[in-house]
Amino acid sequence: MSFDEFFVTGDPLILGSQIAIGLTMVGVIVLVTYLKKWKWLWNEWFTTVDHKKIGIMYILAGVLMFFRGGVDGLLMKAQTSRPGLDILDAQHYDEVFTTHGVIMILFMAMPMLIGIMNVVIPLQIGARDVAFPKLNAFSFWVFFAGAMLFNISFVIGGSPDAGWTSYFPLAGKEFTPGVGNNYYAIALQIAGIGTLATGVNFIVTIIKMRAPGMSWMKLPIFVWTTFITSIIIVAAFPILTIALLLMTLDRLFGAHFFTVAAGGDPMLWLNLFWLWGHPEVYIVVLPAFGMFSEVIATFARKNLYGYKSMVYAVAGIAFLSMLVWVHHFYTMGNSAAVNSIFSLTTMMIAIPTGVKIFNWLFTMRKGRIEFSNAMLWSLAFIPCFTIGGVTGVMLAMAAADYQYHNTMFLVAHFHYVLIPGVVFAVFAGLYYWWPKMFGFKLNEKIGKWHFWLFVIGFNLTFMPMFFVGLDGMSRRMYTYAESTGWGPWLGFSAVGSVIMAAGFAALCYNIYWSFRYASRDVGNDPWNGRTLEWSTASPAPHYNFAVVPKVEKLDDFWYKKKKGDTGLKKKDLKPVHMPSNSWTPIFLAAAFGIVGFFLVFEWFTLAIISGILIVIGLIANSFDYDDGYHVSVEELEEEEREWRGDLQ
Amino acid sequence: MNAMKKLSYVLTLLLIPVLLAGCDSKLLVFDPKGPIARSLTDLIVYSIILMLVVVVVVFVLFGYIVWKYRARKNDGDFEPKEEKGNHYLEITWFVIPIIIVIALMIPTTMTIYQVDDVPQGYEEDEPLVINVTSADWKWIFSYPDQDIETVNYVNIPADHPVELKMTSAGTMQSFWVPELAGQKYTMANMQTNLHLLADKPGSFYGRNTNFNGQGYAHMEFEVEAKTKEDFNKWVNDVKNTANDLTEDTYSQILEPGLVGRMTFNGTHLDWIDHAHGGSEQYIDPEKYRIHHGEHTDLNQDIDENREVDPLDQDEQEQNSDSEETDHSHH
Repeated sequence: MSFDEFFVTGDPLILGSQIAIGLTMVGVIVLVTYLKKWKWLWNEWFTTVDHKKIGIMYILAGVLMFFRGGVDGLLMKAQTSRPGLDILDAQHYDEVFTTHGVIMILFMAMPMLIGIMNVVIPLQIGARDVAFPKLNAFSFWVFFAGAMLFNISFVIGGSPDAGWTSYFPLAGKEFTPGVGNNYYAIALQIAGIGTLATGVNFIVTIIKMRAPGMSWMKLPIFVWTTFITSIIIVAAFPILTIALLLMTLDRLFGAHFFTVAAGGDPMLWLNLFWLWGHPEVYIVVLPAFGMFSEVIATFARKNLYGYKSMVYAVAGIAFLSMLVWVHHFYTMGNSAAVNSIFSLTTMMIAIPTGVKIFNWLFTMRKGRIEFSNAMLWSLAFIPCFTIGGVTGVMLAMAAADYQYHNTMFLVAHFHYVLIPGVVFAVFAGLYYWWPKMFGFKLNEKIGKWHFWLFVIGFNLTFMPMFFVGLDGMSRRMYTYAESTGWGPWLGFSAVGSVIMAAGFAALCYNIYWSFRYASRDVGNDPWNGRTLEWSTASPAPHYNFAVVPKVEKLDDFWYKKKKGDTGLKKKDLKPVHMPSNSWTPIFLAAAFGIVGFFLVFEWFTLAIISGILIVIGLIANSFDYDDGYHVSVEELEEEEREWRGDLQ
Repeated sequence: MNAMKKLSYVLTLLLIPVLLAGCDSKLLVFDPKGPIARSLTDLIVYSIILMLVVVVVVFVLFGYIVWKYRARKNDGDFEPKEEKGNHYLEITWFVIPIIIVIALMIPTTMTIYQVDDVPQGYEEDEPLVINVTSADWKWIFSYPDQDIETVNYVNIPADHPVELKMTSAGTMQSFWVPELAGQKYTMANMQTNLHLLADKPGSFYGRNTNFNGQGYAHMEFEVEAKTKEDFNKWVNDVKNTANDLTEDTYSQILEPGLVGRMTFNGTHLDWIDHAHGGSEQYIDPEKYRIHHGEHTDLNQDIDENREVDPLDQDEQEQNSDSEETDHSHH
């Protein structure tokens, strides 16, 4: 393999990125060394098993990937802003929309949500950590290794270029012989292991570790949505695992599962991909629904309307999500009967979703709505998501879909679902739980800039896409003729994307500003919250709760506050058992990353040799007899006094 | 103040569906030129109206609630009452979506079955059969009964049913002529069928909508509906003037790249039908290998191709009047 096949060369944009990446890496290493922070990084972050720190690392990775995926998006918008532009050539554009899709779904939406789940879920159920803290660290690091492996593709070897759906036969060696799509098969597989482990972890955590008295119908709604999401993860991700395995066998070892030659069947890939891919949409949207529910109830100063019907609605959506995958390819020549049945199952999803929308509206009715930033995002979600929802119903109608399929109408629709449904939720969640993570609030004024720029930019970007789609523009076109008349729509859309990017910049500035200047005096319960996470200090202590709370009803903390019953009795304090840090998760993830890299380039000898690292990591992990440590009563007392004042 | 902003924002959003309705006559999907596309458009318009009702109800409720129950400075520390929920209300908004789904499902199913069949009123006509073969990145149309073949354009008789038997020579594509019919995939080793019917003579924009590599954006074709007389005359012209399609020429056409329009005597169905296997002999992965840093400009290829290919030049003259008709309604 020659040098220019290994490093992607010749494109000034990519050369610039290569230099920037190199300089940043050197810069970070020099800075950490200069500040003598290596030890701190290793002890406090790299080896941590604390769910809150792992959550924060997930969120950090998510923000980073949001930036990367956002730049991809801006490049696409720039290229199509006028007919016949030449900013990206066809190949580069194909790589950019592929990585945009993969990164935004798998490396931005997923870690953001899993990050917030990590921080919040144990706190909301009154637990001191997740059920398997070390596995949790492994989940994060292996996800991170997968994400990084995927990201280096654009400077080393070339990015995947068959779309985030990676349809065969295009994604096979017959039509994309380079290493690009190997990255897709291997990096997603590595990251997927982490997600699957997270699903298992949260199912067990929520079943086994709820505070005494917290029966199923007393669970905060976000815990419910996380629980159901975890079940979908465990049900759906193995399908992706198998699909990617077959893809790997096809690409690396010359098998013919999905090829044109030797009796392969590309339709099998489409079915497997969407059997995972559709539930995946609900994996990211359902926790978001939970966050909105928490935020809306808090800032309307009312309990969630129709709590039970909300739970049933989420369960119903989860069940239906496994029965609709064919609606992603109504046009594959299915019989009329098949298309009719899948139209019906798809439209049925609108029923529980409608129930949820009305329950949110009625939660606010007769409430006292406070327009905090977290609430603004939740409010903007309702009208924007409604547009995404009704266009989704339109797409669900198979016959109508013959005219929308693969067009910009579809692209507009899923951005109207995923951005309000996931990104708005992540923003709402960040503003809401930020003080619990860091002990200070994000600035509300800068937050307003963030909000208005992003929401307006979002609508300007994606609304025109409905129209060009109905005018015959298909997705993934890097250029178009002036005679099509699409230019003005797409120009408009490009302007919108810049406004949206400005909104994101405002968020970054907000984080910076608040980190430096925001008041550290926010108390444990800055929003007058309803759930258990607000009963402990901000930021939450590493042991979460000095005494495990006892729960009597839904929104228990809210009623305890009214009774003035939130104090801590000194005699209740007992030593707290906590898990110890571990080096095996990060070591194993690094080993997976190295093996993955060699597999991408099909250097099998090196892959096998470095595979020994994985075996070493697993053995070391198995012989790790560390049973954790105890936090002494004195330490608990001291930490609790710091924010509570005197103990009873 | 914020609530005001919110309200104005909501009002702007409300305007959007109105705009949508106003633009109908211009957008391709709302401009059907045949009975198949027309039944799809009817279904789409019906669903938009129903959905618009949903959107208006949700937006009005949303605007009203957010405005009315906003926190005010002078409301003291008013503490809202807790509400468990209300069975009747919850049943209401459970039942209403069910009714809407039923109202959408019935016409959807009817339309699905309808477009799967020969259009009503044309059952007696013997449909014109055309075999469609998509390749990277061109469309090949074979007329088995007339024994002629065209590339990147297809002529059909107006007011007459056409039956497409579609397949692919490699990657998966999707055949779409929005003014005449909805989409369907083309796949190697597989045959899909699609009905096409144009009311009147005219030129219609067609393209591939399923991403299949570098030339994807340029993978367009033109459907031209002619009167039956004109169509028969064209067939005769082709049979008298066009060159024979040879296996060598056909292999060249299948090489990945863009080509202009072409017309041939004879069809490739004589030696290969991609619906029944054999495509792999035409696929050479090396021709798809990417060399980073080389600026790929497929448009340039197509221009060169036009100059050197004599077959193509004939076609250029023959079709010079219809070259620019794509999307001419704009």
